[in-house]
Amino acid sequence: MKIQLIQIAHARSGDKGNSANIGIIAKEKKYFSILEKYVTAEKVKELFSDRCFGKVTRYELPNLNALNFILENSLGGGGTRSLRNDSQGKTFSAVLLKMEIEIKERMEL
Amino acid sequence: MKEKIRIASGQGFWGDLPNAPIDQITKGPIDYLVLDYLAEVTMSILQKQKLRDSKKGFATDFVELMKTILSLAKEKNVKIISNAGGVNPIECAREIEKIAREKNIKIKIGIVFGDDILNEIENIQNIGIEFKNLDTGENISSIKNKIVSANVYFGADGIVEALKNGAECIITGRVTDAGMTLAPLIYEFGWDKNDYDKLASGIVAGHILECGAQSTGGNCSLDWETIPDLAHVGFPIVEAFSDGTFFVTKHKNSGGRVSVATVSEQLVYEIGDPKNYITPDCITDFTSIELLQVEENVVKVFGVKGNAPTEYLKISMAYADGFRTFGTLTFSWPNALKKAKLADEIIRKRVSDLGLNFEEIYSEFVGFNSTLGKSATDEEKLNEVLLRIGAHSHDEKSLKLFLKQIPPIVLTGPPGVTGYLGALPKPMEVFSYWPTLIPKNLVEPKINYIEVK
Repeated sequence: MKIQLIQIAHARSGDKGNSANIGIIAKEKKYFSILEKYVTAEKVKELFSDRCFGKVTRYELPNLNALNFILENSLGGGGTRSLRNDSQGKTFSAVLLKMEIEIKERMEL
Repeated sequence: MKEKIRIASGQGFWGDLPNAPIDQITKGPIDYLVLDYLAEVTMSILQKQKLRDSKKGFATDFVELMKTILSLAKEKNVKIISNAGGVNPIECAREIEKIAREKNIKIKIGIVFGDDILNEIENIQNIGIEFKNLDTGENISSIKNKIVSANVYFGADGIVEALKNGAECIITGRVTDAGMTLAPLIYEFGWDKNDYDKLASGIVAGHILECGAQSTGGNCSLDWETIPDLAHVGFPIVEAFSDGTFFVTKHKNSGGRVSVATVSEQLVYEIGDPKNYITPDCITDFTSIELLQVEENVVKVFGVKGNAPTEYLKISMAYADGFRTFGTLTFSWPNALKKAKLADEIIRKRVSDLGLNFEEIYSEFVGFNSTLGKSATDEEKLNEVLLRIGAHSHDEKSLKLFLKQIPPIVLTGPPGVTGYLGALPKPMEVFSYWPTLIPKNLVEPKINYIEVK
């Protein structure tokens, strides 16, 4: 079945220099394994291919049912230099929550 | 030793809710009020102000705030810790001294400084420190004559010493945000420098406090429509115990929400590798943090593990990197996006005809893709679109001529354009960021006091 991440998760994003981070948190423990299985660094890199020109690294925080993504070179020079409306990546979390994934598991949402 | 310490956040950045610190001190009991005014960009702006006037270079809003709450803080025995000193903590402290004298408040002000190494860069380089860019590995020679500010991030040490010496209002330059919360915990509970699990708990408490209401319902993406009374949102308060356990809460008569969701979102905010969250005081393992909702608007935080810190301190340097500017135009239905795209094309052609020098020109269509980027959809349904076109250049004149190409679109471009009157802002100076490291043994905080008797 196809799901959109906003159905199973919430998220917050921000900046460190020219890198953005996105923390995505499963709404319930049972959804964390779905995030872990399907939301890979490669998929996030592809999702931001128009803006992220560096490496994407994924870290896991199972204690918070969360994943943390670092998107290097993705803010057009960072908050002090960037020409973008969202120079600090504050809405990158929304982009990730809009992502759709095809999952093998069946679940009631 | 006190059984528990209540540390309240009053400001998450310079420009945060003005009434928040006043509410924290008047609406219920607290022991410490922590106020964060500094961001990466702030130091370079303050350094520029200090160049123009040697008595400036600190967060003036803090001084205004102290006029309102300093006597109340003294009366209630609430200690104040703030990085409002910016690049001139001594002048900032003198302003607070004036307030204390005028209002007849007996107070000991502590000043933590020594973080500003702008004038010592060359000396330090001469002993072999390279200041390579931590992100890109670049050599510092490329920016050498353009450096505007250089500040070491100190940990809790300087503040702890000031507290031990009886300071009741502590003004610092660049210290880590979390260090301002960790310091009173070390001081009150006598935590050992090597008790890394406890220090790490203090860092987590600081991380939860450092962005103000971001841990009490502000900017929370889960069930945001149900978060009560954000108009009167309560800023976070940490109630900490000597074993490192703490509770996140807010004053009872305030808006917002403290839940596992609101705290979790703040915990994952602006972190890197969660197992190795590096600060001068310790390395914190964010994957060890446990959260438990114990009652409404109270979340228990426990189980935090930490490790020894590295031998380095981070330096935040900024260098002058040209100018930037933006212009905006609003386009109406029908075909709002198509019109905005045509206008963008026209402006770019006209700018290109002028043969000017730009590092970058960047266009976004607000209402369509400025947040979603290529994930944007449904363009045909848009009622209106704002074209936001920005440029970066080392030549200020080029930017002024660039801006002159924007208003003419109203009479010389596609139909249905408005909002052009706000389209001529001044080019702003750009300060780019240069993160780097310095061995710990080369710098240490200096501490001074002003006592008003």
